[in-house]
Amino acid sequence: MQIGRSQGSPKGLRYRVGIIVGAVAVLVAILVAQAFRPAIEPAVAQSPTFGIGRAPTAEELKAIDIDVFPDGRGLPPGRGTARAGRETYTSRCVTCHGPTGTEGPQDILAGGQGSLNTSAPLKTVGSYWPFATTLWDYLRRAMPFDHPGTLTTDQVYATTAYVLFLNGIVGEDDVLDETTLPRVKMPNRDGFVGDPRPDIPVKKK
Amino acid sequence: MPRMEPSRSRDDASRRRFLSRFFSLGAAWSAALVACRSKYRPDSDALEPRALGAPVSEYGARSTFEKAKRFVQQDRQVPLEESASQTPLHDTFGIITPSSLHFERHHSGVPQIDPARHTLTIHGLVDRPLVFTVDELKRLPSVSRIYFLECSGNSRSEWRSSGATDAQRGHGLTSCSEWTGVPLSMLLKECAVKPEGAWILAEGADPGRHDRSIPIVKAMDDVMVAYGQNGEPLRPEQGYPLRLLVPGWEGNVNVKWLRRVKVLDRPAMSREETSKYTDLMPDGTARQFTFYMEAKSLITRPSAGDRLRGAGVYELTGLAWSGRGAIARVEITIDGGQSWTAAELQTPVLPKAHTRFRWSWKWDGRDALLASRATDETGYTQPTVQRLVEIRGVNSNYHNNGIQMWKVDSNGTVTNANRT
Ligand code: HEC
Repeated sequence: MQIGRSQGSPKGLRYRVGIIVGAVAVLVAILVAQAFRPAIEPAVAQSPTFGIGRAPTAEELKAIDIDVFPDGRGLPPGRGTARAGRETYTSRCVTCHGPTGTEGPQDILAGGQGSLNTSAPLKTVGSYWPFATTLWDYLRRAMPFDHPGTLTTDQVYATTAYVLFLNGIVGEDDVLDETTLPRVKMPNRDGFVGDPRPDIPVKKK
Repeated sequence: MPRMEPSRSRDDASRRRFLSRFFSLGAAWSAALVACRSKYRPDSDALEPRALGAPVSEYGARSTFEKAKRFVQQDRQVPLEESASQTPLHDTFGIITPSSLHFERHHSGVPQIDPARHTLTIHGLVDRPLVFTVDELKRLPSVSRIYFLECSGNSRSEWRSSGATDAQRGHGLTSCSEWTGVPLSMLLKECAVKPEGAWILAEGADPGRHDRSIPIVKAMDDVMVAYGQNGEPLRPEQGYPLRLLVPGWEGNVNVKWLRRVKVLDRPAMSREETSKYTDLMPDGTARQFTFYMEAKSLITRPSAGDRLRGAGVYELTGLAWSGRGAIARVEITIDGGQSWTAAELQTPVLPKAHTRFRWSWKWDGRDALLASRATDETGYTQPTVQRLVEIRGVNSNYHNNGIQMWKVDSNGTVTNANRT
């Protein structure tokens, strides 16, 4: 504040009184305005240190909170069978992944079981993926590649069932829903280990 | 003085173009002289006629003589929205990669995002879930840091003896920028992480909603929510308007177009951390959550595709980096690894950033095998590819930080010695 500069001048006292009166007037005005302000903003600033951000509404969270966990958390109610999924697969997936999931041209979805420790490993949903819930999550999130986000919940259950069926993991009429899907045991469930690196000796300086 | 010149076949066309331009310029010049002679007296002592240059402009572009560009992977049947483009390491100087040449790897294309409508939500195991606008994040105390970013699939061509044709195709999935943003820890503190919070899930606003889990320890350490790159807002292909920058860790966890961070008690086991970005070992098991990009280096000049013009002095220069900290030492060999000599490191040597090294070489004109080898501050020394293969086999795909050997033929051509 630069106000103190006037102090040395003969008019110093009058200045100071004027400033105090002015400041009080401004304060009163602010208080009055606050009292009559309509409560238009329900989402107030919330972050304690910086006073920014706001709480998300329940709807906002529901729209973006889409991750699904191996124990089934995040799965919405719904159901599907491979038999029901065949139609969606044929119309929405087959051009990129082939009739049996093995033809490509994009990622091979089926086969390869028992190949991981050979010189020509084939990593597919059936041979490599540890959790069936991950397939559900990924299909809803990212497939079909050219139109992600267009499958209904039941279509996601059904195409998940169909891809698992192509891998011989579920039967054609097994019903997958929010309780049965997490129970599907994937062949490579125990195939993953942590990161042991550095895996070459490190010379301590 | 012997000279070193890139002499790739694709450059022949541009050389021809240059020559023809050179000659047509010459023709124009003599025409101008004739015109001038008619205007000015022959005994005039004026210097020479010169046309004015271009006027000032609003957004700069490089010289039209410069042609370095990203190499777009098109050899696979994969759609270009799910492809990659690689940095021309051979054509860059210093440690900063121009934003326009920063490598790309996307899984569902580059979205166009209006920053005024983009938000970042932090929720999950926190006391106070919050939504931040981009403007709000820019009001917070910011940090700028220089970090490399490397795709864990970089150099995967070198697992087998096929090898890549040049440094860009083999190793161009690494780049280095100055990133500006806010520490993620600052935002997480504002939201108050619950004691059970052990991981975060970061998710993008790209069409495929790319998502990865990251341990909370790292999230609270040096992870940034970045909005700036090399003094400008992020490029769209680098995550505009917001991205996660996870220093030293594989590119895939540096989630672009960041829209959501959820605090979790365990990893989400998303497709990108199970089906992909896991390293298959010879026994059929796979390493998961292999985050660190370990110490690595390569000579970028001369490198495969160059041609040395006769014996004499050449500068060997290249880049070294480590996801575990600063580079302590880079050594050079010219005899295929029998003897090593220390290279000079360009300062500043920054942790988790590209580090430029150089070494002056007097080539005797005979066959030579050139390579660099980096050691980081933890004492870890970059291994040979052969050593990695002994431990990991050839099917792990990701995280190849092996030594890159270039072969210089007595006729001056430089090729990838891995290529047999
Ligand atoms: C336009 C082509 C296209 C269509 C249509 C398509 N996909 Fe895909 N799919 C891809 C591509 C490309 C990838 C790889 C994406 C990546 O790696 O980021 C992929 C990946 C996958 C994966 C992961 C494979 C793995 O091992 O990681 C699954 C599972 C999958 N698709 C299932 C489906 C299903 C089910 C449908 C139909 C609902 C479908 N896709 C429709 C192109 C397509």
